[in-house]
Amino acid sequence: MIDFDLSPELVQRRDLAHSVARDVIRPISRKYDEHEHERPVKLWELIWAASRQNDQRAASSARDGGEKSEAEKGPELRNLATIVLTEELCWGDAGLFLSLPGPGLGGAAIAAAGNPEQKERFLKRFKEGAPKWGAMAITEPGCGSDSAAVTTTAARDGDHWVINGTKIFCTAGQMALEGSDGLVVVWATLDKTAGRAGIKPFVVEHHTPGMSVVRVENKLGIRASDTAAIVFEDCRVPLDHILGSAEIRREGGFKDVMATFDATRPVVAAMAIGVGRAALEFVRDFLAEQKVSIRYGLSQRRLSAIERDFMEMEVQLEAARLLAWRAAWMMDVGQRNSLEASMAKAKAGLAVTQITQKAVELLGPLGYSRRFLIEKWMRDAKINDIFEGTQQINLLIIARRILEYSSKELT
Amino acid sequence: MVSFELSEEQRMIRDTVAAFAREEIRPAARAADESGTIPQPLIEKSWGLGLVSGPIPSEFGGLDDQRCAVTGAIVAEELAFGDLSTAIHVLAPRLFAYPILEMGSDEQRKRYLGSFGGEKFAAGAAAIIEPRFDFDLGDMSAIARRDGGGYVLNGQKCCVPLARESSEILVYARMDQESGLSGIGGFVIARDTDGVTISEREKNMGLKALATYELELKDCRVDNEKRLGGVSGEKLNFSRLMSEARVALGAMGVGVARAAYEYARGYAKERKAFGRPIATRQAIAFMLADMAIEVDASRLLVWQAAATLDKGDDALKQSYLAKNYVAAAALKITDNAVQVLGGHGYIREHPVEMWLRNARGLSSLEGIATV
Repeated sequence: MIDFDLSPELVQRRDLAHSVARDVIRPISRKYDEHEHERPVKLWELIWAASRQNDQRAASSARDGGEKSEAEKGPELRNLATIVLTEELCWGDAGLFLSLPGPGLGGAAIAAAGNPEQKERFLKRFKEGAPKWGAMAITEPGCGSDSAAVTTTAARDGDHWVINGTKIFCTAGQMALEGSDGLVVVWATLDKTAGRAGIKPFVVEHHTPGMSVVRVENKLGIRASDTAAIVFEDCRVPLDHILGSAEIRREGGFKDVMATFDATRPVVAAMAIGVGRAALEFVRDFLAEQKVSIRYGLSQRRLSAIERDFMEMEVQLEAARLLAWRAAWMMDVGQRNSLEASMAKAKAGLAVTQITQKAVELLGPLGYSRRFLIEKWMRDAKINDIFEGTQQINLLIIARRILEYSSKELT
Repeated sequence: MVSFELSEEQRMIRDTVAAFAREEIRPAARAADESGTIPQPLIEKSWGLGLVSGPIPSEFGGLDDQRCAVTGAIVAEELAFGDLSTAIHVLAPRLFAYPILEMGSDEQRKRYLGSFGGEKFAAGAAAIIEPRFDFDLGDMSAIARRDGGGYVLNGQKCCVPLARESSEILVYARMDQESGLSGIGGFVIARDTDGVTISEREKNMGLKALATYELELKDCRVDNEKRLGGVSGEKLNFSRLMSEARVALGAMGVGVARAAYEYARGYAKERKAFGRPIATRQAIAFMLADMAIEVDASRLLVWQAAATLDKGDDALKQSYLAKNYVAAAALKITDNAVQVLGGHGYIREHPVEMWLRNARGLSSLEGIATV
């Protein structure tokens, strides 16, 4: 049955995430935007500790078993829960959210492409001990959208793979490799002539010799998140650090990791939606203070310009959210969701870019001032239109799918 | 708990109506638009699907079905995918029957619901919109004033589907001295009542196969028992009726938009220019991708409002925002569909120009369909 109500349990979790966003994250939001390379260590430790407590609670309740309530029966909606919570935390601050310790995209790649032993070995660390970060390094100075054109190489030498190349735009790369006992998953090619089939993911542990973070970027927004450039110079990793098969004829590795986008794109959509909602609520509260009412139901020909703009922002955000929920839900119930994930991501990236830019406009000089967070949200929102597949790439993916064209037929 | 899955029954209903729309409604659409008439056999066949008679009480020949707004949205979308004029015509009797079913007095239900559970198509009409550029539901110019044992109505309505074809029309007017949506009253007015004048067929940009009329009320007197919901009209929840209407029109917008998107997509794969199908060019491909996103987004917004109605909650904001969104999206999609077909899209042979003309009306029309 078509149903848009979150379960009571998820509502509770969402409300808890909201209070963390409101009481812990928002108050430090401006500080870490102004001081780009300072580290919000206290926040990290708080969230990490809370996550570990959560793990323990979940483990003990799973052990104890017990009757599930009527509402809890049915498929576990894990991806939906993730995006609901992501929206709340990014309503707080998208940059600080991205900066949080955890398996990250690197962990997602390991979960998607690693064998059971690798998953155990590499992912265990994210559930214990001090905060750690997982990162994924794909983009290079010469290729971003065209990820099949990576030039970073991995060559076998005895008991090791030797990695050479440069990666940029690696989220949490610095914290993963230098700031904690984390790891990065690096996409490198075993054979440039083999195209996609030659590209494999390799796990590189923190502090591995031959690898260095050469730069942490200065960005337009999400400044609390470190975005690293990493150079690999004869960086040696053990043979069993390749995720999946080393065979070149099998496309397994590349496809498996691409499949993680089906899970991560709705999350990016949710990030954008959180930021968009922050902006929307700010404008709504501001208008209410100015005694400007938003008259739902009124003939569109009688609405003021501000009412029209605000309602447009509101419904665009809702549309984006529903698409994201659908994509996440489909994954939760075992349905292929690549098309829907791309739709959600493309829509959210664009809509929230427009919403936040309009929000700054609506507030005139106040929207432009760094006294308020609204200008920051516009800067934070923009990245969602870009990473995890630009809006244009996602439109291309959608177009290919709806037209049933290969990447050769529609370039 | 969140779910985007239709029930087994909804899937069946969708598939049945979709097949009917594809095989019976769509092939007749262009001729109907050109001639201004929907073939009566098609109307009767549509009636046979039971889309109006379902919720009518069994004592009148209906099935006592529980009304479901989500199912109504699914039905509306599929019918409109076939043809918007036909969809509105076929469902128009609901505009008269369902408010009486839900909010009428027992006497009114007994008196008026009979024909809607029958074997043949029974026309019904409701008059809501008025001929002002800035017409607003909460600010009607049509007024109902108490007078002795009844009411006197004055005002003008337009875009009334099937007014001439119906023996009774449910007319909505502002109660004298009252304001806003809660100040609206409904009145069952026989077409031949003194003071009622129905115009010739309206001529519109689109919906040309749909018979709509202007209706003028001049000192039109009706007895108390004609007021919907009894003498004080206490059962009338006009706001809810309008939310239901927005969901239906929104769903129809999704149907028209989807029709245009799928047609343009098919055309673009076939049509060659500069040596390859135009669908292989990003400008066209991106237009189509955007259409696909907006059809899905529109549907989800409509379903969300429908689900709220089904929970018995107030869906004013959701239905209002959803309908406005869909109207704008459907306009853009149908416009782009014409664009994809280029010169051929402009000729009254491919259906896309008709869908553009039909879709354009969605932003101004209120209350001409319901779930």
